[in-house]
Amino acid sequence: MEKLIAILTSLHPDVDFENNDSLIDDGILDSLDIVSLVTEINAEFDVTIPAEEIVPENFNSAAALMELITKLDEE
Amino acid sequence: MLFTSYGFILFAAVLLAVYYVFPKKYQWTLLLAASYLFYAFSGLENFAFIIFTTVSCFITARIMEKRKQNEDVYVEKNKETLDKEHRKQYRAKEKKKRFYILLVGLFLNFGVLAVIKYTAFALRNLNSILKLFSVPSVDIPDLLLPLGISFFVFQSTGYLIDVYRGKTYAEKNPAKLALFVSFFPQLAQGPISRHADLSGTLYEPHSFDAKNLKFGLQRVLWGYFKKLVIADRILIAVKAMIADTATYNGIYVVLLILLYSAQIYADFTGGIDITIGLAEAMGIRVKENFNHPFSSRSTKEYWNRWHITMGSWFTDYVFYPMSVTKPMMKLSKWSRAHLGNAIGKRLPVYLATAVTWFLTGLWHGAAWNFIVWGMLNCLVILVSQELEPIYRRFRERFPKLTASYGYHCFEATRTFLLMGLIRSLDCYGNVGLTFKLWGSIFTKMNFSKCFSGQIFELGLDIKDYVILAVAIVIVAVVAKLSQTGDLREWLYGKTVLSWALSSVLLVLILLFGAYGIGYDASQFIYTIY
Repeated sequence: MEKLIAILTSLHPDVDFENNDSLIDDGILDSLDIVSLVTEINAEFDVTIPAEEIVPENFNSAAALMELITKLDEE
Repeated sequence: MLFTSYGFILFAAVLLAVYYVFPKKYQWTLLLAASYLFYAFSGLENFAFIIFTTVSCFITARIMEKRKQNEDVYVEKNKETLDKEHRKQYRAKEKKKRFYILLVGLFLNFGVLAVIKYTAFALRNLNSILKLFSVPSVDIPDLLLPLGISFFVFQSTGYLIDVYRGKTYAEKNPAKLALFVSFFPQLAQGPISRHADLSGTLYEPHSFDAKNLKFGLQRVLWGYFKKLVIADRILIAVKAMIADTATYNGIYVVLLILLYSAQIYADFTGGIDITIGLAEAMGIRVKENFNHPFSSRSTKEYWNRWHITMGSWFTDYVFYPMSVTKPMMKLSKWSRAHLGNAIGKRLPVYLATAVTWFLTGLWHGAAWNFIVWGMLNCLVILVSQELEPIYRRFRERFPKLTASYGYHCFEATRTFLLMGLIRSLDCYGNVGLTFKLWGSIFTKMNFSKCFSGQIFELGLDIKDYVILAVAIVIVAVVAKLSQTGDLREWLYGKTVLSWALSSVLLVLILLFGAYGIGYDASQFIYTIY
């Protein structure tokens, strides 16, 4: 989780990623951020997030994103 | 059949009257018949294309879904004998097969679109190259562009991708899919609906609902007001300026940017108001395509608010899938290792952004001005992305100033002008000429000429400018008020006021609408895309 928070913070240093659960709904993360995030996650966790998983529910919070990474890692 | 023609108004009125007395279970068949009749007015020869898209998408989606069902049945049947690893392998193999089926469906539909829309453009460019080598040029065929092909092909291919991804179901009834592809209010200029969004209300039986009808017709009226009073009036001046750029340069380019921004906003949002309003009057919910775009404080925000359904189509079906492909991930890893972290991080994102904007430009039209338009949007977005740390430091240094209303207005004005400048490529239709005219803003000092009466030589008199100014103020005020909630809801229950305002709007359209003698109600700008 710490690694993920560090990646997110590098994109938006002024956002509290530990507690925010509406990152997409509030427009904090946009499409460019999401693709940066997907490539960072691929580099750090060796997990590829497929396009069909790029939906608001999976990116609205760090916890949801971590859950997705864990799920994809186990598959 | 133009939305602004008397024929269309009669067609819509008859349909609405029949719709609510028709057996509810079969209302959707009436809509299909109406949609095909509407399409028939654009030329019977166009039917081949919409039928081809419908049939090919129907078959492709059904095959994909059938295979997925068989896959699930197989896994369920063999859950005792299949271990996790084999199940994963089997599912991956099946997914790959479905992907190939999807590719066939996409290839067929984009293939037709490419041939119809881009052959002439490709051959014109080829001829330019052949000319350099003194090789005889190739004949350019005169292919017809069926009404709304860019919209219905994109909507249908979106459906295919959603079926593949399991985000919607494959229609079992081809006639129902035919309605989704051809639903007439959105056929000519969008929005580009998603099957999962539209199907919920498109096929449902709808009882007569006075509120839906009233709200729908109010919105239709509002759309006509924007189109006929503002857009088609401005069109006269814009056409005059485009026709004689030798005279109308310098300050006129600024005038064109301002006028064309108002024209395309009134034209496109007006058309969408008519689309959504008409659907609403029949109880059908069509997704919004605009969200106060001219209040955007950045280009990125603007593109989240303008032509939303097209933007999200490109994001979901081009930008994301391309960004997460294996080659892109490999490129990211390679560039991180060889070019450093900073470039490695950016390269895949920037490459995917550039390709997406190139295709967005090409979608708008088979011409270099549209491609340059797309690439300039891409450039502005990426430069803004790079400047973001500077903006952030500025915001931290001057928190009060950057949070103020005045600063937000400055940002919105800057975005509006920048988008208007790039959009003027649409008008002039020639990249070199447009750049030259942009330069003339700084080199031609014809400010006084423009405001010493020459502005009235553009086909509009003082009365027209006053009507335009008042109408634009009305639209701006309504837009501002509707940011806090639906004005129609606020008016609902205030019967006298509601009828009075609707009547005033109708009178304004009848009195000041740009139709009748001296005017020619034009087609909507986006119907040509």
